[in-house]
Amino acid sequence: MTHPDLSILIIDENRIRASIIEEGLREAGHLRVAVLHDVNEVGRTIEAVVPDVIVIDLENPKRDTLEHFFSLSRAVKRPIAMFVDRSDGASIEKAVEAGVSAYVVDGLRKERVKPILDMAVSRFNAFSKLARELEQARSELEDRKLIDQAKGILMRTRGLGEAEAYALLRSTAMNKNRRIVEIAQSLVTAADLLGP
Amino acid sequence: MTTHHLTAGFLPLLDSVLLVLAREKGFAEDEGLDLHLVRESSWANIRDRAAIGHFPIAQMLAPMPLAASLGLTPIAVPTIAPVVLGLGNNAVTVSQTLWETMADQGAPGDLQAKAAGAALRKVVASSSRKLRFGVVHQTSSHNYELRYWLAASGIQPDRDIEIVVLPPPLLPDALGAGSIDGYCVGEPWNSIGVAERGAHIATVKASIWRTSPDKVLGMRADWAEQNPEIVAAVIRVIYRAGLWCSDPAHHDEIAEIMAGEAYLNAPAGIVGRALSGRLDVGGGVVADVPDFFVPHRNDANFPWKSHALWYYSQMVRWGEVAASQENSEIAAGAFRPDLYRAALAPLVVPAPETDYRAEYTRAFFDGQVFDPQHLDEYLAEHCA
Repeated sequence: MTHPDLSILIIDENRIRASIIEEGLREAGHLRVAVLHDVNEVGRTIEAVVPDVIVIDLENPKRDTLEHFFSLSRAVKRPIAMFVDRSDGASIEKAVEAGVSAYVVDGLRKERVKPILDMAVSRFNAFSKLARELEQARSELEDRKLIDQAKGILMRTRGLGEAEAYALLRSTAMNKNRRIVEIAQSLVTAADLLGP
Repeated sequence: MTTHHLTAGFLPLLDSVLLVLAREKGFAEDEGLDLHLVRESSWANIRDRAAIGHFPIAQMLAPMPLAASLGLTPIAVPTIAPVVLGLGNNAVTVSQTLWETMADQGAPGDLQAKAAGAALRKVVASSSRKLRFGVVHQTSSHNYELRYWLAASGIQPDRDIEIVVLPPPLLPDALGAGSIDGYCVGEPWNSIGVAERGAHIATVKASIWRTSPDKVLGMRADWAEQNPEIVAAVIRVIYRAGLWCSDPAHHDEIAEIMAGEAYLNAPAGIVGRALSGRLDVGGGVVADVPDFFVPHRNDANFPWKSHALWYYSQMVRWGEVAASQENSEIAAGAFRPDLYRAALAPLVVPAPETDYRAEYTRAFFDGQVFDPQHLDEYLAEHCA
């Protein structure tokens, strides 16, 4: 709340993540927050927004393009330094590990910018955690579907009950030192190949 | 022998081949290195992740260790190159439309920088709009070579044409979409432009500046100092991988390896072109380019301080760094032939005894001589 007047530009092709960060910055009292999804628009936007801080995801392949825009820009007059402070190794590493990079107009005091970067880093991490959990839930659901299919095949072809079919899958997996879902996948593939 | 775990960053370019072979053909393992390769999406990421130590070693653009040591990069740490990953491998590729106009203006299509540059100058002079060329990074061999070629052809880069920056894999698409008219990049991205976007290769690095370095193996100076044995092992690994790579009998296998999803993720037939130097330049014309990519011969892996100084001269020329005795010493100090020689001593193989060599009249397409002993004169005459 202390310095709500900084102009911040977020560049992220991932719209959901961009809005999560934007929301975080607004909650922290930053009102001048602009969001871009395409680096190519920076050339135009930078003149209008005149950002003090630019946040971009590290996976964006156009970081080189962005840096080149800076070197040409009249709006960002002073050279732009990355991260808060070159000497602050720990926070730089934290940012890179989270997958976020920030450019800061030279001359801004560290204490003004650090909360912004910290916010971006924690929101990036929260987003990654969310994405991981979502992926895990999705793959668990798919695993369960596969196992159900495999059970169905065993019940049909070998006349087993559901519990027996599952027990057979499990014991086969244990004997072969593989996961149940892998055995289920092999069975489903084999059944597909052999036809109805 | 103890095994050292080592992570190296690279970009999907053919001249990551020695790192890839180091891993895939066991050269790293032979030296007790458990080498892991991480493909990155931009040179900026390579630069930053090398600077903070995520990548102890990385494929780098030859001017990159200079830029980091000279304080031009965001996290400026002294960075060195004790071994070079190859000479050549770049070309300048233009759109079908631009090529037709250049051909109308007399470009013979023989890939020679001089004639192609003269034709381009006429096109630029009569063009109703500014042509736009892409390069891969600001402090890149590509940026400096493209600018050298243009300027020596009578085209002033920042006034007569526009130069934009895009990562290598995005250049063919940008050309296809019409947002750029040409680009300077390493293989396979010229051949992919030809194969997929109807582009035309106008000239090659091998013609602009013969047998000149493009990528190096870069590392932080402090890390290298703390790990001298690993550094020496890495240099020997690259040397042996280079020797193996330069045997044409291995080219098919190398193309298959490099074509893999984890590396270039491109058809082996296209990847192989740069290895053989037999390029499809566009429109079905095939040209044999001598020394297009040199992974080992001609002391290709030796980090000449004079090469570092030429890149420094171009940084001065384009206003990126001020000319001073101190800066030229920092630039030359970023290339470490002493480490190269010491690492190879046990192999009893020949290495150049001097750190500097002059680039005589046949080196640069415009016949200019670059003599590192007369750096100040060169800067005054060409880079003011």
